[in-house]
Amino acid sequence: MKKDIIKTDGSSDNTERHGIPRRDFFKILGSGIIIFFHPWGVLDAFGMPAEQERSLPTDYNAFLKIDEDGTVRCFTGKIEMGQGVITSLAQEMADALNAPLENVRMVMGDTDLCPWDAGTWGSLTTRAFGPHMLAAAAEARGVLMDLASAHLGIPVSQLEAKDGVITDTKNVKNSVSYAQLTKGKRIEKFLDVKPLPEDYTKFTYIGKSFNHSDAVAKVTGQAKYTGDLKLPGMLFARILRPPSHGAKMTSVDYSEAEKIAGVKVIRDGNMIAVLSENHDKADIAISKIKAEYSFNEMPVNNKTMFDWYLKANPRSEVIRSDGDLEKGRQLSDKTFESEFHDPYLAHSPIETHTALAQLEGDKMTVWASTQSPFGLKDSLIRELGFAADKVRVITPFVGGGFGGKAPSQQGLEAAKLAKLTGKPVMVVWTRDEEFFYDTFHPAGVIQIKTGIDRNGFIKFWDYNIYASGTRGSETTYNVENARITHHTTGRSDPSVHPFATGAWRAPNNNTNTFAREVQIDMMASAAGIDPLEFRLKNLKDVHIIDCLKEVAGKFGYVPGKLPSGRGIGIACGADAGAWVAHMAEVKVDKNTGKVQVVRIACAQDMGLCVNPEGATIQMEGCLTMGLGYTFSEEIIFEGGNIKDRGFDTYEIPKFSWLPKIDTVILNRMNQPPQGGGEPAIIAVGAVIANAIYDATGARLLTMPFTPARVLEALKKV
Amino acid sequence: MEETIKFQLNGKKTEALIDPGQTLLWVLRNHFGLTGTKFGCGMGFCGSCTVLIDNEPVRSCQLSVGEAAGKNIVTIEGLSSDGKLHPVQKAFVEHDSLQCGYCTPGMIMNATGLLLKNPSPTVEEIKKGMEDNYCRCGAHKRIIEAVQTASKDMKGGK
Repeated sequence: MKKDIIKTDGSSDNTERHGIPRRDFFKILGSGIIIFFHPWGVLDAFGMPAEQERSLPTDYNAFLKIDEDGTVRCFTGKIEMGQGVITSLAQEMADALNAPLENVRMVMGDTDLCPWDAGTWGSLTTRAFGPHMLAAAAEARGVLMDLASAHLGIPVSQLEAKDGVITDTKNVKNSVSYAQLTKGKRIEKFLDVKPLPEDYTKFTYIGKSFNHSDAVAKVTGQAKYTGDLKLPGMLFARILRPPSHGAKMTSVDYSEAEKIAGVKVIRDGNMIAVLSENHDKADIAISKIKAEYSFNEMPVNNKTMFDWYLKANPRSEVIRSDGDLEKGRQLSDKTFESEFHDPYLAHSPIETHTALAQLEGDKMTVWASTQSPFGLKDSLIRELGFAADKVRVITPFVGGGFGGKAPSQQGLEAAKLAKLTGKPVMVVWTRDEEFFYDTFHPAGVIQIKTGIDRNGFIKFWDYNIYASGTRGSETTYNVENARITHHTTGRSDPSVHPFATGAWRAPNNNTNTFAREVQIDMMASAAGIDPLEFRLKNLKDVHIIDCLKEVAGKFGYVPGKLPSGRGIGIACGADAGAWVAHMAEVKVDKNTGKVQVVRIACAQDMGLCVNPEGATIQMEGCLTMGLGYTFSEEIIFEGGNIKDRGFDTYEIPKFSWLPKIDTVILNRMNQPPQGGGEPAIIAVGAVIANAIYDATGARLLTMPFTPARVLEALKKV
Repeated sequence: MEETIKFQLNGKKTEALIDPGQTLLWVLRNHFGLTGTKFGCGMGFCGSCTVLIDNEPVRSCQLSVGEAAGKNIVTIEGLSSDGKLHPVQKAFVEHDSLQCGYCTPGMIMNATGLLLKNPSPTVEEIKKGMEDNYCRCGAHKRIIEAVQTASKDMKGGK
């Protein structure tokens, strides 16, 4: 195994890490072999919320342990929220360690047991964490080989490790198990692991499909999510919320709530909460509180917001500048100017933000549905003044996150109330609260000016992003004269957004891919060139070209000039280190404006695919979830008042929307693994917009494509 | 006022001294510890709290425990028997019809109710019957496949 491993045994313990002190590891976890490692790639700040930017620990960041009974445990601050890494990481571990898969356990998201991790987002777990874990496991196997060599009196070169047993290749009866080798041992190794490219084809588990290892627990109702926990004396809390963002309470009367037997009212500064052992009573009590507010809101709503961003006169940053736009314009035979709009979106996981907090002595433990247990721990230290070793965050199964559970306000609320009442407190956000406090996908405007020459080659590309973010804004196509300008970010101060925004599955890439791929389609149409051919002639990225060819084959694509009337669309893009190409077929009801997707296909190059079944499920999930931002999802608001507070008005994808879905994962066993949780969602809006154009000649420039917008676009044809 | 409410719960005669106005969902979760039935929206829209009452899928967040008196309630915990998965549960595992798993118990209970009423649904009938159960992860395709498989399995004389 080719590896560049620098051993730094006995490395210093002078860190700001908040987990178990190293000297206590064996005491707490029992004897065995522990390999500490530090996957630096995971700690790269990309995707990290601003409030979590901090100096990174200099110590290890994860570790694996082989127990005395041969169980292999990997301790990581990552969490499982449906993306399936609890399964795929175990596959990788089993392979690199030559251990049986059933012996591998993932210990995730517990800040006392697991080393620091920024959070689970950005499709980073497999691509950034995985290679380091593989290298650490290989090192652990080296330790076991050395032990086996001493135990059996045979040189390592004559030994083979398989299924947790090391065997003499010249005498198969001469063998010893990992459990035997580990018995009574206390070995720790401290690594600075720099993984080199792996030959993944030699592995047993990697590259093969496994069903979710947590499936049986989840289908029987036994899997525990935060809200399923119960502690003696536990109180349910409801917290009084303002009617809109920016509203300030001017008076409050909670006397009626206090009259309800079994209800306790707590006031702490601006926080007013009602608590009861009975969930229903807390619900009733909160409805009895009368409060008045003063309002100071941004004069913007979901109809005026796009003008608002353009007039905000934001700070501008040129993020790409190549060649000469004017020269490109002169070389162009046809020029195109478009403006694309994308609204705010809610994450809407079916499990709302939930937390349970318990203060025992001076130690606070918070169980929370969070994508960032260490981020929550940091805020508990910062906001409530706990010492680092007096706070523990534990993450049970998380019922969906999509970026929305990176912030974990509910954990702070539960901890604060547990501290004030001295009792365990459960906070389960209502659906209303989940919408109100969501950190929405930011709305934004994309303006694009481009031109093509007589041969259909793109000669210039002037791309401007207002209010939303840059992920996925790369030009993708081969253009010499190009400029990309980002006009303000959602986090700039003062923000143009009237409420919090954040990362939403493939943050901002859905917006950018929509704009870019529709612009490409417009040019293909005007050039009279088949849209697949137009893309292929203007692309040089072989990964995207391969994806386009692959999806065309799967889809059975027959070339045609736009609009062909067939209702077939094409789009492609890149995200999280992976590449995707989509094709879709739609039927448009020209009387009602209703669009039904008949079928959608997606080809994805994600490098090595650890668990094809798991990755396919993620692709299907992306394609299905993507129908929501494409057809129905947009937050209706007036200033800081979020009008959508439930599934009655905010519609997410349903069974009847489901098209035939085909997915292909390109065979890239010799390439490092890339992200898989997000890429396939980026081009759903674009491919459907292009399919609607192909069906009707109507161009949709604002998402989502509601029947009203489709009818409006049809009028312009 | 508390009173004694009696019903059949997961095959057992059950009674509880309880305020009949309480929401069935929270009684199941807190009083009986049956936390497989999930809170998703509390408004009857998402379906993650679905249980079977007299073989009909019902949103337990929209029902008081008093309204369930005398009835036969089955939750996700009561679906498997003797440690053997119910065909719908088995099909969900086989087809990997879940991601985060939070909507899964409600999906399974709704699908079970659907199959009790219509043992051989078409794909369109499955979509229609499952329409108002929400899944945010996007497992819909595999849920439909699981219901088809369970339908065949249940007719196979389980």
